[in-house]
Amino acid sequence: MGEYETGDVIISVRDVAIGFGERMIIDGLDLDVHAGEVLGVVGGSGTGKSVLTRCIIGLVPKRRGKITVFDQDLDGLTRAEHKAIERRWGVLFQHGALFSSLTVKQNIQVPLREYLKLSEPLMDEIARLKIAMVGLKADAADKYPSELSGGMIKRAALARALALDPEIVFLDEPTSGLDPIGAEEFDTLIRTLRDTLGLTVYMVTHDLDSLARICDRIAALAEGKVIATGTMEDMLRHPHPWLKQYFGGERARAARVKA
Amino acid sequence: MPEAQLASRVDGSRLTVALAGMWTAETAGDLEPQVASLIAEGGSPQSVLLDFSRVQRLDTLGGTLVRGIEMAFGARGIPIERSGLSKAAATIYGEIAEGLSEPAPAPAKAKPAIVQALDKVGEQMVDAGRDLVALVSFFGEVVAAAGSLFTGVGRFRLAAVVTQLDRVAFRAVPIMALITFLIGGIIAQQGIFFFRDFGADTYVVDLVSILTLREIGVLIVSIMVAGRTGSAFTAEIGSMKMREEIDALKVMGLNPVEVLVLPRLTALVIGLPLLTFIGNISAIMGGAMVAQFYGQIPIDIFFTRMQEEVSQRHIWVGLFKAPFMALIIGLVACIEGMRVKGSAESLGQQTTASVVKAIFLVIVLDGIFAILFASLGY
Repeated sequence: MGEYETGDVIISVRDVAIGFGERMIIDGLDLDVHAGEVLGVVGGSGTGKSVLTRCIIGLVPKRRGKITVFDQDLDGLTRAEHKAIERRWGVLFQHGALFSSLTVKQNIQVPLREYLKLSEPLMDEIARLKIAMVGLKADAADKYPSELSGGMIKRAALARALALDPEIVFLDEPTSGLDPIGAEEFDTLIRTLRDTLGLTVYMVTHDLDSLARICDRIAALAEGKVIATGTMEDMLRHPHPWLKQYFGGERARAARVKA
Repeated sequence: MPEAQLASRVDGSRLTVALAGMWTAETAGDLEPQVASLIAEGGSPQSVLLDFSRVQRLDTLGGTLVRGIEMAFGARGIPIERSGLSKAAATIYGEIAEGLSEPAPAPAKAKPAIVQALDKVGEQMVDAGRDLVALVSFFGEVVAAAGSLFTGVGRFRLAAVVTQLDRVAFRAVPIMALITFLIGGIIAQQGIFFFRDFGADTYVVDLVSILTLREIGVLIVSIMVAGRTGSAFTAEIGSMKMREEIDALKVMGLNPVEVLVLPRLTALVIGLPLLTFIGNISAIMGGAMVAQFYGQIPIDIFFTRMQEEVSQRHIWVGLFKAPFMALIIGLVACIEGMRVKGSAESLGQQTTASVVKAIFLVIVLDGIFAILFASLGY
């Protein structure tokens, strides 16, 4: 298990095609994710942002192409090798996907129980730490997901995604459904965690504030491909009409004023 | 496999703890017992030095272990120093120390077992009472909703009733017919087997017909419907409740009881007597078939004797009970669906409760009817 230097390619997607039935959602897509960066993936509805994410984490099969994570081709792996890779990434689903019959603490301990042999007190201690790190109050530990607010669910789900100290976290619209204060706190949280834990963050988002505030690099999806990657400035200068509309619209301008 | 080491040595009055390798999630399981024994055997030195200089990587799991050492010696009043922390490790370690700075909340005191047991019994009694009240109050709501159809406030949803009827009754016909056919056959076989000793083979006709028409037909069909349809109602309404669809109906000014419950109940009340009738025929056919091939009673003899001996009232006794069974099954299923809370587990619990309660009540109701008809001499 090698350590990755900041800037190394940690996920590489080459010429990937994904489709359902007759329709190709993604066709010939290339994308690199560098270690230690926060990558924001944007795209219109139905351009396959979520499908691409789900394909990388192995929930959706691809038609062709190659996906390499930690320098290992995901296709050629045995079950055990794939499992070993899965524990090195964490996923925050759009709606949290916390197990509704478990408390927050038990949710966080699911991966710990599954992968590690630790004593009960140590697992409690780790859960307590993760809860504090994502900015939840200690009394949230024994609550069930149905007793939490939307923002708390996202935080708890992030704590679960971080349970095994992964090297990569995938975030699917982390700030959607949060109020602006909550969204800003969440952005800050992601940045802080990235800085302290050395995470690589792959984030699907529509939140222009998040894109401007915390993303080091942005990848824009359209027509089944990545049409542009680069910083916010690169996006603003890009001639593609969709990008012009996306980053040049009223809402984008408002976001930039704040940023 | 990544490796991590923990070594300690005593320099005079100071305990030096040297950490090395990967202090990460992978190694936390192996390290934990070593840390525990270090804490247990560390004694009470004047001071402790944690030497991080050979640590390749520290993550929050490894860090939590290290902090456990600090806390344990700290609690004995021993000063602790750290050395050789890399910048990254220091950042993480700072984060851990901050995150765990508040002491762990004390776990709630458990009550004695006997108190807990009594607690549980009391709670369940109260729950059972509440169940009954809820059932009656829900029945009231249904009656009110049904009444609103006639005052013009509500709307009779024919399309929904027909859809439900298709699912509740029509699609259930094959399985109901099969089950009752088998039950009828089994009753006939047992009857012939034991009646033969008395030379009273032909009484199997009375046994099969009367037992089926009065009790078994409606009971088997009701239990099957409770399992097949009652559970589906609970799960449907329950998942609608989970996803706030019921609330959406309410804010649109629609009464969920009228929209969801009434069509289902109507379909059940119409469908269950029909299924019972089909079940009756099918069970008698099963009995006749076994009588023909196992008891050597020709089918025409079977039906002639049935016409002579079995009064028509037995059919009506059975069919009369069916709508009441339907009502009980439908009410229990819908009320349990409405009780589902946010979690998947609760959906499962309520579905189970729905089926168990419905079957229980169906059998109790059947018993009450049996007493009633007996005392009426019917």
